[in-house]
Amino acid sequence: MLDTKPITVDNVVEMRHICKSFGTVQALSDVHFALRRGEILSLLGENGSGKTTLMNILSGIYFPDAGEIYVNGNHVTIRQPKDAFDLKIGMVHQHFKLVDVFSAAENIVLGLPGGRTINRRALARHVREIADQYGFEIDPDKKVYDMSVSEKQTVEIIKTLYRGADILILDEPTAVLTPQETDKLFDIMRAMKKDNKSIILITHKLNEVLAVSDRVTVLRKGEYIDTVLTKDATIQSLTDMMVGRSVSLEIDCPEPQNIEPILKVQSLTVLNQDGAKALDDVTFGVNGGEILGIAGISGSGQRELCEAIAGLYPVTGGSILYRNVVDGHEVDENVVGLNPNDIVKKGIALAFVPEDRLGMGLVPSLNMVDNIMLKHYRKKKGFFVDRKTSRQIAERLVEELQIVTPDVFTPIRKLSGGNVQKVLVGREIDTHPRLLMVAYPVRGLDINSSYTIYNLLNEQKEKGVAVIFIGEDLDVLMEISDRLLVLSGGRVTGIVDPRCTSKQDIGLLMLGQSIDNEKGADAV
Amino acid sequence: MNVLTIIINWINAAILAGTPLLLATNGEILTEKSGNLNLGVEGQMYMGAVTGLAAAWLTERWFGVGGIIPLIAAVVFAFLMGCISGLIYSVLTVTLRANQNVTGLTLAIFGTGFGKFFGEVLSNEAGGYVTVGAETKHVFGNINFGNLTEIPVIGTLFFRYNWLVYFSIIVAVILGWFLNKTRKGLSLRAVGESPATADSAGINVTRYKYAATTIGGGLCGLAGMYMSMVNQKGIWVTDCVSGYGWLAIALVIFSTWSPLRAIYSSIIFGGLSVMYMRVPIPGLPRDIYMMFPYIATIIVLILTSIRQIKEHAQPASTGLNYYREER
Repeated sequence: MLDTKPITVDNVVEMRHICKSFGTVQALSDVHFALRRGEILSLLGENGSGKTTLMNILSGIYFPDAGEIYVNGNHVTIRQPKDAFDLKIGMVHQHFKLVDVFSAAENIVLGLPGGRTINRRALARHVREIADQYGFEIDPDKKVYDMSVSEKQTVEIIKTLYRGADILILDEPTAVLTPQETDKLFDIMRAMKKDNKSIILITHKLNEVLAVSDRVTVLRKGEYIDTVLTKDATIQSLTDMMVGRSVSLEIDCPEPQNIEPILKVQSLTVLNQDGAKALDDVTFGVNGGEILGIAGISGSGQRELCEAIAGLYPVTGGSILYRNVVDGHEVDENVVGLNPNDIVKKGIALAFVPEDRLGMGLVPSLNMVDNIMLKHYRKKKGFFVDRKTSRQIAERLVEELQIVTPDVFTPIRKLSGGNVQKVLVGREIDTHPRLLMVAYPVRGLDINSSYTIYNLLNEQKEKGVAVIFIGEDLDVLMEISDRLLVLSGGRVTGIVDPRCTSKQDIGLLMLGQSIDNEKGADAV
Repeated sequence: MNVLTIIINWINAAILAGTPLLLATNGEILTEKSGNLNLGVEGQMYMGAVTGLAAAWLTERWFGVGGIIPLIAAVVFAFLMGCISGLIYSVLTVTLRANQNVTGLTLAIFGTGFGKFFGEVLSNEAGGYVTVGAETKHVFGNINFGNLTEIPVIGTLFFRYNWLVYFSIIVAVILGWFLNKTRKGLSLRAVGESPATADSAGINVTRYKYAATTIGGGLCGLAGMYMSMVNQKGIWVTDCVSGYGWLAIALVIFSTWSPLRAIYSSIIFGGLSVMYMRVPIPGLPRDIYMMFPYIATIIVLILTSIRQIKEHAQPASTGLNYYREER
């Protein structure tokens, strides 16, 4: 098994023949990995390709079933996170490992040896020194629960640096950042590289790979594919390696046809639990036959907006008007104060694919048929439920959307993320909605499933459905939307045409700043 | 008796009655800070109560000495028995990952049965009635501060207590200092808030959970010993703990997981539980008085669930077992 190839000292980390399985799932099989001193290496792969698992092994969270790890040319055994620190390896996890009720400084010093009590003043000074060296902004006394996502990430990175890490692993660090914050992070990564630190960037975003890294290692379905120099790679070549075959990366965006207004939201205001405004004077309209994208930093009011429109969130002020046909006349019906069942009874065809698929969207322990039945059982009168119709729908969806499942009676929770989403979107579309709201529909999905979802949405749009698409990946939002609404802190900071607005300008709107000339703005 | 004297005497009685609550509350705070919700305090107190009394009584019988030596035996063995009960809880929930609520409730029932069974065994052994000697009773009584006791007001408020009163306040202060000022305290709080974070910071989560739960159990054992040795004056009474363990769990919430705030909250609850003897209200039946601590608990639970301050909340992972490789 052992390679006879000598370990070069240039490689600060080398992992060989790494295998790891969880139960019956083989997460990694015979994976190789090498990191050079003073480089930024991208670890690229789709969801489930094993990139995070591999790095969790390097940082001591998981223990490999087989394989060797060399750090600075020495064979090492990493049994626990502490062993990784001792080897100067630090990992910033995608889901931050921070204690909410602690301050930044307390989180940074957590678990480190030292005197019995903590000298808070010296600690704060040391934290500031590190921050100044690399260009971070941090307040050591700020509590984590008061921090924005990017501040939390800063704390995580400083935490690893404070521990003297020379090898940094960043797990999808940009997933939650605005374009501006991403650029800043990349500058910091370059500063650390200049300081001779080696950085591993786990990502599935190809433009980031090209922007910041020196080399790229690609994993696919738990297997090592290849390592290439970034300067020799293109988006297409990396995608092909990552997916295993050629895929088209274009998202269709057909011109909207037969536009007619379906939904008008006027001066909508809702309060969150603390009584602060989660949505503040939000006004916009959606037309049939178009996709309205909604962009914003997470927690800017997207969830409240969807739920208010769906009748799930109490509204403090404003109105939500649906275009409905009553006795042959078109009327705008205000649905504020109605619950979802009332809205259905009014004959309004609204479909909602919530962010929390297995919580709000589907019942995880029920099978596909029963989950579909939840939408239908009221249609028939009588004491017994009608499972036959739902079963027919389920079987049709499995065929049309190529849902991978043993049969339609398998509990939903046993399906993979992409298939769960197909069931949910399929069920909602099957109700023939006039308004379709989808929140983060491709979160956690691989490229293939994502494109299936995009195509489904475009199909609906061509049928004349009004689609509201809440997303987090700006590139996708800008490609698929006909108009893009930007939310910041619960306010609409702009409704722009994504084809003639730059990503930077949208980034500014997401941060709550206005852009000088609102190019292509056509607020309704 | 004038009103001032009634109040002063009431406060004195409240502190005496609040001391076992303070010990048990701090034991449970320490336990919950490690993320273990141990509902077995009542059982742990019974185990401590019977073990402390048995140790003192047997020491007297076997070695023929009274006073300080039976006292040390009672303290050491009650503490150890509490530790063992905490250890049982840790093995079940931390190592075997049993459900914490079920384990805690089982411990409460087991410990109560343990206490009552061995209490009966002890009584039979002693010929129907266990009681320690006068000398041992004396060392569990009020400390003789000489003339200080006679100072008006201050004497009653500060100098008419047994040593366990002062001891339990010192324990609370040390525990507060440990949790908020020391490195190990920070680590322990991190374990209770987010074990995954603590683990990835190189903290041995299992060791902290075991240590905190075991020592916390020891404090509950001491609280139980207070019930048998001080409240019942070294005589075995079957219902000696009588729900104080459950009150302690409520007090943890009332004192918002702070050992220092536990000092005044235990005095308030102690005061309510002895109110029928100290502040007689004509026509009010004793049964109503006995409800006061429990009514206060309900009110406290409602109030604390309305006002949520992040730092004053239950450690976030309380009640959840931690398993590193869980996906």
